[in-house]
Amino acid sequence: MADLTLIPVATTARQGKRGGHRLRRLGSLVAQGVVTLFLVSALVFFATQALPGDVAKMILGKTATPDRLAVLREQLGLNRPLLVQYWDWLSGVLHGDFGESLANHEPVTSLIGERLVNSLSLALAAMLVIIPLSLLVGVAAATHKDSWFDKGFLGVSMVINALPDFIIGTLLIALLATNVSHLLPPVSIIPVGDNPWQHLSAMILPVATLSISGVFYLGRLVRVSFIDVTNSEYIEMARLKGMSQRVITFRHALPNALAAAIPAASLVAAFTIGGVVVVEYVFNYPGIGMLLVESLGNQNLPVIQALVLIVAVSYFFFNRLADALERR
Amino acid sequence: MAYVEVRGLTVAIGDGSLIVDDASLDLEAGQVLGVVGESGSGKSTLALALLAYARQGAHITAGQVVVGGTDMLKLTGRPLRLARGGTVAYVPQDPATALNPKLSIEHQISEVLTEPLKERPAIVQAALESVGLPSTREFSRRHPAALSGGQQQRVALAMAIAPGPGLLVLDEPTTGLDVTTQARVLELVDNLCQQRQMAAIYISHDLAVVADVADRIAVMYGGQFVEVGEAEQVTTAPRHPYTRALIDAVPSVRRRLRLSAIPGRAAELSPKRQGCVFYERCALAQERCQTDAIGLADYPDGGQVRCILSTPPPAAPRVIVDEAEPAADQKEAALLVKNLAAGYGHTQVLHDVSFAVGPGECVALVGESGSGKTTLARCLIGLHERQAGEVLVFGDYLEPLARQRTPEQRRDIQYIFQNPYASLNPRRTVGDSIGVAVKFLGGVSGKAVQAEVNAALERVELPAALAGRYPAELSGGQRQRAAIARALVCHPKVLLCDEVTSALDVSVQASVIELLRGLLEDGLSMLFVTHNLAVVRSIAHRADVLEKGRIVESALVEQLFATPEHPYTQQLLANTLELADPAGGE
Repeated sequence: MADLTLIPVATTARQGKRGGHRLRRLGSLVAQGVVTLFLVSALVFFATQALPGDVAKMILGKTATPDRLAVLREQLGLNRPLLVQYWDWLSGVLHGDFGESLANHEPVTSLIGERLVNSLSLALAAMLVIIPLSLLVGVAAATHKDSWFDKGFLGVSMVINALPDFIIGTLLIALLATNVSHLLPPVSIIPVGDNPWQHLSAMILPVATLSISGVFYLGRLVRVSFIDVTNSEYIEMARLKGMSQRVITFRHALPNALAAAIPAASLVAAFTIGGVVVVEYVFNYPGIGMLLVESLGNQNLPVIQALVLIVAVSYFFFNRLADALERR
Repeated sequence: MAYVEVRGLTVAIGDGSLIVDDASLDLEAGQVLGVVGESGSGKSTLALALLAYARQGAHITAGQVVVGGTDMLKLTGRPLRLARGGTVAYVPQDPATALNPKLSIEHQISEVLTEPLKERPAIVQAALESVGLPSTREFSRRHPAALSGGQQQRVALAMAIAPGPGLLVLDEPTTGLDVTTQARVLELVDNLCQQRQMAAIYISHDLAVVADVADRIAVMYGGQFVEVGEAEQVTTAPRHPYTRALIDAVPSVRRRLRLSAIPGRAAELSPKRQGCVFYERCALAQERCQTDAIGLADYPDGGQVRCILSTPPPAAPRVIVDEAEPAADQKEAALLVKNLAAGYGHTQVLHDVSFAVGPGECVALVGESGSGKTTLARCLIGLHERQAGEVLVFGDYLEPLARQRTPEQRRDIQYIFQNPYASLNPRRTVGDSIGVAVKFLGGVSGKAVQAEVNAALERVELPAALAGRYPAELSGGQRQRAAIARALVCHPKVLLCDEVTSALDVSVQASVIELLRGLLEDGLSMLFVTHNLAVVRSIAHRADVLEKGRIVESALVEQLFATPEHPYTQQLLANTLELADPAGGE
């Protein structure tokens, strides 16, 4: 890097070279992504196939005769080798076809569609709360390092981050929706066909649950990166130039601290998607998490596979994004 | 009354130890005062205190810093902010870390200004022009990462002078720069102070640099000014034993001198200090130096000295080392490099490099940063893979990478890194760090390891008791000795020394150079990688000058310094700063 900057005259030629280099790196990133996603799909398929229980028996009930079971297995293609079934499934997925639900023969895509919108709304609302709030809290704690606010924030975040989401959710229900007060509904009922944003009161508690753990995690990372930046020589230089505290915080420190915190925010987005599944179950929120739990209950393999794949892919995507932002 | 008057400036840390102890100085507009001191002398703390600023843990406890009639230390709040940058401006040591990476240089210069927004671009342009940078919009919109080290330092200078301060405080502004860039920056500082009638305080560890730029010099030790005087008097006829010792430790490009190190280690901070701070290391100390409070005594010529001696300390006899070349058997060189090429990715760093190091010979590899000298050393030791060429040690072909070489081959050639603070494992005792080398490569085990470690420590003149200590408990000089011991314990035939003295103070550098000279006399061969020509002069027999990855000149050291042939060598020599020939020297 050092000699790149030493010779300003040569920049255009060098930039061309660097551009080609960047393109190649992007190519290798995409190739890596394809391989990883392929492995993920295989893992999802075979792991769900390995679940105990017989699908045919589940559909026909315990009284089914062996003959009828055999016919159904033949119909569903369950007798074929696993690899063939996987290949069928994967080529369907690549064409946007996740198969049919075993419960009511509805296409999986249409079954998932609305639920996915509900879940994404939940995750999006949570991120909209988490990012500004953790910035605010993190910067405030960093600029008042070692104050009671900072120490309180660190202490509470230690406790919060040790608690699983479903405990935080249960505590919130106890505090705000049942035992202590009845400010909010303990169960998030969103009628089929409705947009979740029309039922804000139903979203508040699930979003709060996701946000609490997110803010205390990301806020701590923001705090640390802000403190690192504050200890840097360019911040000392800004003080020696007579800049005011406000200018130092917002013009000199924050842009640098953000550069370090953005990859972390992307990771938090990945965690939030995982958290959605648990939180939906706690609040009975009609999203993909609830659907997953229901489908696991009745061995609805095509739905389970589609949902796990969606969660895995989005988790992978945000992790990759965090990596890419970090390396920049 | 002088334009800048500093009186009794004192900075203390929590336990009451003084890092700057009662510093006073006067400075007229247009004058440059140099402050010289080794690491830990308190010179950077003094620089910051002049802007009424102390780092965390330190406090300015007393004194006045009056600049143009205003006492910086009496200001608070907004007036203080305006005075910082506006009245007293600071130029940092390392602009690469002191410039904000996320802000354009235009923004960083103009935010210091108090003029109406409309007028600022013109002032920024003028400031950039006066430090010799392009004043185009394209340039001023760049971010610091898009500039070279020399340009960054010029930006830092432009940022300091733009608001028109009365006093410029420069804290080691050229330490990270090449001699050529350093020469240009020093000239610039000199011109700016003349043109703008600014007073400047120039802080450095390098006596030759300070002597070049300053009218007056203050020598700092243990937080105190021990000597203040005209630049010429301080560097040629010093009155304090510490100044004398410092000068005797500086190598010269004129002659090959034996360097005298200052015994002992730098004064430690303590809240209860009495007597002279230099007492423990002073060759001329008397009993009362230990107890008496010693103040600065005035001399008729305006100089000041903190010493009870009335006569100036005698110069150490400067012994000139025998220049004779060791009988080199050209048939079998200790280290032979043929047509070596190497690079990183698409950047070719080394082109067709060939040279030889004879047995018992010290060959210097000289070049500025970016010339490829460290890459070359890393290729030789096998840390970086060469693309082409051969490396032979006493006729034995070495594979490109260390892991492809046999243990004997790896033992034969050993590496000493630039920074002893980073090259020793902080979680291992010094003895373990040295022992692991011989265990791994030498096939020695059990009690024999201990014996080898002790022998190596003895060879670098460290007490065996240090084997049980951790690197953090050692001084810089002791650490570099330990790093040398780790190389020696393998009984190498060739030592690769990569800038081994550039992270060290001059007095410590002197002791390390003399240690290496002793090893040469024992028959070891050495490749000495450095950018410091005076160090080359004091130890090397031959020198190869590296420019942009090619050897442009190769000659015996006497010949190279007397009649440099290549323009690049001539330029390097011309830009190397040198103390005036000591009057008392031979």
